[in-house]
Amino acid sequence: MSLRRTAATARRVLEQLRRDPRTIALMLVVPCLLICLLKWVFDASPHVFQSIGAALLGIFPFIVMFLVTSVGMLRERTTGTLERLLTMPLGKGDLLAGYAVAFGTVALVQAALASALTIGLLGLKVSGPVWAVFLVAVLDALLGMALGLFSSAFARTEFQAVQFLPAFVLPQLLLCGLFTSRDQMQTVLRWISDVMPLSYAVDAMDEISSSTSVTGGLIADMAIIAGAGVLALALGAATLRRRTD
Amino acid sequence: MMNFAVDIRGLRVVRGGQTVLPDLSAQVPSGSVTGLLGPSGCGKTTLLRAVVGVQKIAGGEVRVLGMAAGSAVLRDRIGYMTQAPSVYSDLSVMENLRYFAAVLGAPRADPERVVDAVGLVGKEDARVDRLSGGQRARVSLAAALLGAPRVLVLDEPTVGLDPVLRAELWELFHRLARAEDPVTLLVSSHVMDEASRCTRLLLMREGRVLASDTPRALLEQTGADDIEGAFLALVGASA
Repeated sequence: MSLRRTAATARRVLEQLRRDPRTIALMLVVPCLLICLLKWVFDASPHVFQSIGAALLGIFPFIVMFLVTSVGMLRERTTGTLERLLTMPLGKGDLLAGYAVAFGTVALVQAALASALTIGLLGLKVSGPVWAVFLVAVLDALLGMALGLFSSAFARTEFQAVQFLPAFVLPQLLLCGLFTSRDQMQTVLRWISDVMPLSYAVDAMDEISSSTSVTGGLIADMAIIAGAGVLALALGAATLRRRTD
Repeated sequence: MMNFAVDIRGLRVVRGGQTVLPDLSAQVPSGSVTGLLGPSGCGKTTLLRAVVGVQKIAGGEVRVLGMAAGSAVLRDRIGYMTQAPSVYSDLSVMENLRYFAAVLGAPRADPERVVDAVGLVGKEDARVDRLSGGQRARVSLAAALLGAPRVLVLDEPTVGLDPVLRAELWELFHRLARAEDPVTLLVSSHVMDEASRCTRLLLMREGRVLASDTPRALLEQTGADDIEGAFLALVGASA
């Protein structure tokens, strides 16, 4: 891996994003609007917002990064730019790290906006440190990115890539503990939710909102999210083939 | 003994159950401008991809500059231009070239040099998706010229270009091949009249090499007036 190539890749991805202000707006504004909508929907029962608000701060970056990475990487595959890059002295690690730095930056901005809104304006109470909310949000974003990269290998068209969102993400969303607590689920579902990384994102956010200090549970959750991200990235890297049919 | 920049022996490529190249051997002499000519669908692109090292092969050997095609050491010595322009359409010409230059570790002034070489001066800041098809192809060619490639593999680089520009690009290819440190060019085309611009020809049909020689020798050997005629004569002879 080389710092120059990674930095150049990150810069190029950000330049592409900058040329696409509509996508930036969608990435940054839509999560905020949805959080506001949720607050409004549960206007009559504020405890609901209180119990899921923090979890949402972990879920949005995951979903958004999954989408932009899977479509972005698919474009690299279908337009031949990936093939060109792989004939050049660019390591797969350079490419992946470049994407991670670029999208991670956007994720940081998104997490900052969403948490400022949720915690500042909408009055969500978080007992733990705000930086931990941030850190978990960015880890989730990187996990979403890694899974998006991996899933892009199975899509032939952008149309299919977008359809992977319900396939890869919705089951995790249903089982992550957002709708019902994970220990109240049927045993089989509980097992499935145990192996889905998004469950730990929700667990981590729950820890932060209920505990004033950084607990061992939180550290373990973060380690699992990061570990799942690294695993997905390794699987994704394996799908970047220099030689193809 | 001629020095070969590209040496292909017994290359076999199977794609999706179809044998595209059954058993192909061919050599590209160093410093030549070798035209790979043949009808559309005869396996030219597959052959070029094998030379660049991005094609899975079922057998045989492809060596470039004495090393196995696809070796890591070759990555900054081969420039490759695919048939469809493989550049970022949402970035400007310069943004594309600056990125690829950074990946290659090419000098800072290199993007300007290649923009000039392909005749895109004045279009540096234009987004690639606002350019015409021919201009887009030239951005892709410019990216292949970045750095100091020893071998250039160009898949139909002049297709659809205006004749003046085509002549200029062939002029550029010959300049590169004649340079003090000569570049070897392997250029595919399905337009037979480009044959006269090459110093060597590889004529291909249905995954096989019909002939490999200089244009003059091919005309003498077949007694044809032009390469199209020579091609027909060779097909007739092999049938």
